[in-house]
Amino acid sequence: MPEQRRIIFKHIDSPGYTNDIACYQQNGGYETLKAAVLRKPEELIEEVKKSGLRGRGGAGFSCGLKWSLLDRKSGKPIYLIVNADESEPGTFKDRYILHQDPHQLIEGMMITCFANNVKQAYIYIRGEFPEGARILEKALAEARKANFVGSNIVGTTYSCDIFVHRGAGAYICGEETGLIESIEGKRPYPRIKPPFFPAVLGLYQCPTIVNNVETLCHVKHIAAMGGEAYSKIGTPGNTGTRILCVSGHVKRPGYYEFEVGKLTLGELLNDVCGGPLPGRTFKAVIPGGSSAKILRFGERFKGKRKVGAEMQDYDWGLDDVPMDFDSLAMIGSMAGSGGVIVMDDSVSMVEALANINAFYAHESCGQCTPCREGSLWMKRITNRMVLGGARPEDGALLKNVADQIAGRTICAFGEACSWPTQSFVLKFGEEFKTYAERTKDSSATLATTPLV
Amino acid sequence: MNLSDTTVKQIDEVITHYPVKRSAALPLLHLVQEDQGYISQDAIAWIATKLELQPINVYELVTFYPMFRQKPIGKRHIKVCRTLSCALMGGYKTCSEFETQFNTKKGEISPGGEVTIEFVECLASCGTAPVVLIDDTLHQHVDCAKARALSDQIKAELKAKA
Ligand SMILES: Cc1cc2nc3c(=O)[nH]c(=O)nc-3n(C[C@H](O)[C@H](O)[C@H](O)COP(=O)(O)O)c2cc1C
Ligand code: SF4
Ligand code: FES
Repeated sequence: MPEQRRIIFKHIDSPGYTNDIACYQQNGGYETLKAAVLRKPEELIEEVKKSGLRGRGGAGFSCGLKWSLLDRKSGKPIYLIVNADESEPGTFKDRYILHQDPHQLIEGMMITCFANNVKQAYIYIRGEFPEGARILEKALAEARKANFVGSNIVGTTYSCDIFVHRGAGAYICGEETGLIESIEGKRPYPRIKPPFFPAVLGLYQCPTIVNNVETLCHVKHIAAMGGEAYSKIGTPGNTGTRILCVSGHVKRPGYYEFEVGKLTLGELLNDVCGGPLPGRTFKAVIPGGSSAKILRFGERFKGKRKVGAEMQDYDWGLDDVPMDFDSLAMIGSMAGSGGVIVMDDSVSMVEALANINAFYAHESCGQCTPCREGSLWMKRITNRMVLGGARPEDGALLKNVADQIAGRTICAFGEACSWPTQSFVLKFGEEFKTYAERTKDSSATLATTPLV
Repeated sequence: MNLSDTTVKQIDEVITHYPVKRSAALPLLHLVQEDQGYISQDAIAWIATKLELQPINVYELVTFYPMFRQKPIGKRHIKVCRTLSCALMGGYKTCSEFETQFNTKKGEISPGGEVTIEFVECLASCGTAPVVLIDDTLHQHVDCAKARALSDQIKAELKAKA
């Protein structure tokens, strides 16, 4: 069985490890920051570029490239925002960092701030983490007192403060431009790109970096070991480790940190998570948060892929797919936020989709007609199906609605809400066709565990 | 507005965190709701004045962000996660169990005023599903038996207080 490699989660749930600054420093904390401020900021950016680090928030965008796109000539202050909204269903990694190792994030942030000459940083934490917000406030007070955050940090002329900003229960605040509007005190309506790329016109129309919690923790370790060394962890193009969050129908759900691409989906679900529950078999898996397209056990994926410098044929069952950004994209889904949701043969796909559709209908911000109306209608159709009014043509109708959303909206929520419907209907079309027939005689839903 | 001294202090402090006053709207709504229990029309007007905004600029936040409420709720707030990973592990049954225990329906104040039960979306603890947030505390693996135990505990705590 592949071994976990704990870099970010080294201390999570380890006995005796506490979230105060004394414990953090006893374990070598803030030494990297002290060393980093003696270097040139450009060198630190160069290390992150060399590391190949890709964002852990969802899109897998190159972190070094994101930083290099910052408009540094405008003369406006530069902001850093940490995305601690953690709202993509199936994702639960940032929670543990915020609650159990907040100083790791703060150190990663301060290195990032120093490297990019950031004037002010904010941590946008979802409203449903009230305890996490208090822990962060306390950690920040400790870090200010120890001179790692605030004016003239560790004896330099560099100053930067960090404040915590709490959300209030809206998923769309995880989208970076919605998040920025939310910090500005408005409804979190995402902004249209172009022109509102955060790197140029972000918070208060100033250049802004938005990075995920886990991404910024990786920055700390890149600064510590060097970009070159970090780039050797994981696989080429998919460097470092990442935390996979497994939930649903497996024996051992939870978080697991592995080198990216060194582990297949089969190894993760069967070896690491102990396989299906007794007497059940795996049916489907959503590999990267609920927006990612669903995969069906029994599917095969064939094609050519680049391995090192050469092209190689691949012919994979679902179990064989490496858990990295590129492989999951190649088979038509995505690594997304690292949230792996597993469903076994007890689940009706119509009911599972109805659950997901209720989420997106609730969370659409409502700015774009295709998204607002489409997400609502997809929910209504799947709800009607589950409540006894299913028709054989519903699958086609659902697909028709979903196909008219993606690509026609301001933000990527349009894709996020249509991909589940498109992929469920594509991969489990027969279940949608026969749902009416199969539920005709039963008074309730197919499954004993209701999903709607 | 009858805000506690601590709340007023926190409000004045948090406004200094931003170069633009309007940014403090969400923090102020949180602080006022924690102090008062909900966001009244008076509170909206007060926050608007404090931040030099129109009341509509604050009202539109209260109506958009799910965590803000315009009415009082029960003494304890039970938020049951509704989303897929929790539902797969029985979250809907957990929610019904709480409703039965307090003889109430989602979104209402229970007849004895003890609780308000709500469904919320993914609480980012899907690996320990089903999960429930009671006030500020997360409870994990809340099956029906645990929901009953938690309900008994809430009832006992409220009785002890009364
Ligand atoms: C609808 C939607 C929701 C999102 N939710 C989150 C989230 O909860 N947390 C997060 O880090 N990124 C989220 N993202 C991605 C952010 O927009 C952004 O790409 C990310 O924070 C960038 O950080 P990274 O480059 O470090 O990954 C979301 C994106 C969309 C379109
Ligand atoms: S795609 Fe949906 S969530 Fe995104 S801006 Fe448009 S309506 Fe809002
Ligand atoms: S689905 Fe319930 S915590 Fe994520």
